[in-house]
Amino acid sequence: MRWRFVFSEMAIGFRRNLSMTIATILTIWIALTGLGAAWLMHQQTNATKDYWFGKIQISVFLTKAVTQPERDAIRQQLLSLPQVDHVYYESKQEAWVHFKEQFKNVPQLVKNTDPSALPESYRVKLKDPKKFAIVASAVQDMPGVDQVAAEAQALKKVFRLLGGLQNVMLIVAAAVLLASILLIFNNVRLAAFSRRRETGIMRLVGASDVYIQAPFILEITVAALIGGILASVAMFAIKALIVDHGLKSAFGGILTYIGWGAVWGTIPYLLLAGVLIAAITAFGTLQRYLRV
Amino acid sequence: MPERAPRATYVGGIGRGVEPGQVRWPPVIRFQSVTKLYTSSARPALDDVTVDIEKGEFVFLVGQSGSGKSTFLRLVLKEEKPSRGQIWVAGKELSRLSHWKVPALRRQIGTVFQDFRLLPNKTVRENVAFALEVIGKPRHTIAQVVPEVLDLVGLAGKEERMPDELSGGEQQRVAVARAFVNRPMILLADEPTGNLDPATSVGIMRLLDRINRTGTTVVMATHDSHIVDSMRRRVIELESGKVTRDQSRGVYGYAR
Repeated sequence: MRWRFVFSEMAIGFRRNLSMTIATILTIWIALTGLGAAWLMHQQTNATKDYWFGKIQISVFLTKAVTQPERDAIRQQLLSLPQVDHVYYESKQEAWVHFKEQFKNVPQLVKNTDPSALPESYRVKLKDPKKFAIVASAVQDMPGVDQVAAEAQALKKVFRLLGGLQNVMLIVAAAVLLASILLIFNNVRLAAFSRRRETGIMRLVGASDVYIQAPFILEITVAALIGGILASVAMFAIKALIVDHGLKSAFGGILTYIGWGAVWGTIPYLLLAGVLIAAITAFGTLQRYLRV
Repeated sequence: MPERAPRATYVGGIGRGVEPGQVRWPPVIRFQSVTKLYTSSARPALDDVTVDIEKGEFVFLVGQSGSGKSTFLRLVLKEEKPSRGQIWVAGKELSRLSHWKVPALRRQIGTVFQDFRLLPNKTVRENVAFALEVIGKPRHTIAQVVPEVLDLVGLAGKEERMPDELSGGEQQRVAVARAFVNRPMILLADEPTGNLDPATSVGIMRLLDRINRTGTTVVMATHDSHIVDSMRRRVIELESGKVTRDQSRGVYGYAR
C-alpha cells in the first residue's frame, strides 16, 4: 500500500469538495454533540440517583429536646421495619460538617448559619426506595421526631428535568445524525462522480478495490474525525457551563455532579461513532456507485 | 519479462503455424463459442465466436461500428461477462476468476482508446506514473521505468508537459506509454488512430509494432483500411457479431 499516494489523492478530493466536506463536518459535529450531551445527562442523572437511592432515602430529623431513651426507641422502631436496610446516625457536629461541605459554594449561607441550629438525625437507607411512605409513617408521630423528609421525592422533579433534557438531546441528535448520513452519502457520490476519470483509469490498469476506494473513505472519515473532535470540545463546554455553572449554582450541594472523568470517558466513543458512521456510509455508497 | 513455462496440462486446439517439435504455448487469448447478449438488444453483440490469439501475435479486429469489436475487447478485460461460452486470458478461464482477482488480470493487459483518456490535471510523467502508483509499485521503481517508457514512445523531454499542451499524436503516445509501462502481456487498442490524421497514425502504428516486437501480443480494433492493408498482419473480421474472416497477413476487406 502506497499511503503517500492514497493520502495525496485524499487531499485533492478534500480540496475539490471543500464546501460539502465542511457541511459534513458541521452536521457530524452537531449530531455527536447531541449524542454526547444526552450521554452526559444520563450519567448526571445516574450519579444523582446513585447518591440518593444508594445512600439515604429518608432523613428522620430529631427535636432539639430529644432524650436518649427517645433516640433509642426511634432507632429500634426503624430497625424493626422490614423495609429498612440501614440506619445511620448523624450528630449535630456531623450535620455541620456535611452542611459546610454541601454549601461550600455558597459561603454566605455557611457564615450566616448557626451550627447549633442544625438538627441531629437518623439517615435511613431502604431496601426498596419506593417504600419510603411506610417507613415515614411508622416513625412520624414518635416522641422526639421533629420531621421526616423523603429527599428522594423532592429530587424527582430534577430527575424529570434531566430526563426530558436527555430525550430532547437524543431526538435532535438522531435527526442531525440522519442528515449527516445523507450528506455523507451525497458527498461520496459526488466525489466518486467528479473523479470518475481517475477511477476509470485505476480500474483499467488493475488497481485493487482498496486503492480505488481508500481515498474516498479516508476523505470522509477525516471529516468525521474533525467533527468528532469539535464535539469532544463541546463536551467540555457542556460540563463547564451546564453542569458546573448551571446545575451547581441552582442546586448547590444537594446533587452529585459528574466529574471530568465522565467527559473524558465520552470522547473515545464520540470519535469512534463519527469515524464508523462515516466509513460505513462511505463504503456502502461506493459499493453502489463505484463498481469495479 | 520472465518467460512463462508452457503448461503440460494444456489441451488446446491447433496452434497457428506450430511446427512439429516446436514448443507450443497456450493461446494468450482464447474465445470458445462465445456469445454476448445485451439486454437492450435482441441481436447478440457477439455470436458464437471461437478465436485463438497466440503469444506475440499482432491482430487487427475489423468490422463496422456495432459489429462486436468493442464487446470483444471488453470481454477480454472482464468488464463484461459472456452470455455463453468460455474465455481464457493469460491462461485463466475468466468465469472462474473471482472478483478480487480481476485487478491482477488487468495488470497483464494494457489498454489504449480512441479518446486517449489522459488525466488533464497531471503532467505526462504523472499520467504514466499514475498507472504504477495505483497498483502499489514502489517509488524507486516508478522513478526508473517511467523515463524508460517515455523514451520508448518518443516523448523524452516532454515529461513535464500537460496533456492539453500536446498534439493528438503525442497524447496517444502518452496513453500507449501508460498502457505499456507495466510491461503487460497483452496490449488492447480500441481505434487508437481514430482521432488522428494519417501521418500521425503511421507513427502510432510504428510504435505499436515496436511494442509487438518485444513479445507483447497486440489486439487492435480499427476502421482504418490503409493501416490494415499496409501492416499485413492477421485480420479477424466481425460482422453482426460473427467472425466472417480470420486471415493471417490479411487486408482490410475484399469489397474495396
